[in-house]
Amino acid sequence: MADAPKKGTLRAAYRRAADIKPRDARTWQVSLNAFAFLFSEMVQYNQTRVDNIAELEHRLEHAGYGVGLRMLELLCHREKGNRREVRLLGILSFVHSTLWKSLFGKVADSLEKGTENEDEYMISEKELLVNRFISVPKDMGAFNCGAYVAGIVKGVLDGSGFPARVTAHFVPVEGQPRPRTTILIKFSEEVLQREARLS
Amino acid sequence: MASNVYNLFIINKSGGLIFYKDYGSLGRLDTNDSLRLASLWHSMHAISQQLSPTLGCYGIELLEADTFDLRCFQALTGTKFFVVAEPGTQGLDSLLKNVYGLYVDYVLKNPFYEVEMPIRCELFDLSLTQLIRKDKGVIGR
Repeated sequence: MADAPKKGTLRAAYRRAADIKPRDARTWQVSLNAFAFLFSEMVQYNQTRVDNIAELEHRLEHAGYGVGLRMLELLCHREKGNRREVRLLGILSFVHSTLWKSLFGKVADSLEKGTENEDEYMISEKELLVNRFISVPKDMGAFNCGAYVAGIVKGVLDGSGFPARVTAHFVPVEGQPRPRTTILIKFSEEVLQREARLS
Repeated sequence: MASNVYNLFIINKSGGLIFYKDYGSLGRLDTNDSLRLASLWHSMHAISQQLSPTLGCYGIELLEADTFDLRCFQALTGTKFFVVAEPGTQGLDSLLKNVYGLYVDYVLKNPFYEVEMPIRCELFDLSLTQLIRKDKGVIGR
């Protein structure tokens, strides 16, 4: 606390805003309907500006990326006392619980390590909040609006020094009419090398 | 058990049929008949508004025939929802309100749906089937 900002300055105001802790979780909720309409408009807006589905996915991911960077700053300050995770498992559980709780009001349904590759991790959600009201038409193939959430996760990981490729996929579940959404995280090589050095 | 609800229609504000589905084996219509009934109902509904002796009439809500009841609900946007059901079926108005709720949720909040166009949303179909199945128990008795 060497340089506490002067009272009444913009910096002081920013710091106050970041310091407010959500004591009552309910007061921090926003309307799901409002969000759903806004998100729907965002997808439609981007849809008019792309030529193919991969591009749309990329644009949604990019929109989420900025949110991820900001969420990282905010949550590190609010929840972690300005500490950042430096280990792989630490940052993964930060995404799975802290980030998910603050964005969606609950921890993610599951966090698993990929079975085929060492560098892959999966966060699965039975019903991703952004997909709650969305039915993707058949002609769009495997497109998943969860790309936005994948972008958020990528933002958080990139921001904390864990560059990764993050993608969202639908995975069918037996006995369920709806597939679940899996966020697939594939870390860069240097992350695993550093991790091996640290342990 | 055959459901008491025969079929469900949704027509847009210019009278085009944007959703049609049969429930149960009775009163099934082919595509042409469903389109005809939808546009016919749209015009009748509009005429009834003009002809009504009472002020501020929003159009026919219930048509009772010998072999069926037709219940209609018009949203503020002009989209009309109506069901054809067995004569004397109760609770159709609340069913229509629920259908409207599902329409608002799964159709209007879907970025891939174009307003006033035919509805092809998997989630809407899914939750509608659930709603009708649940309602069978309540209305059927």
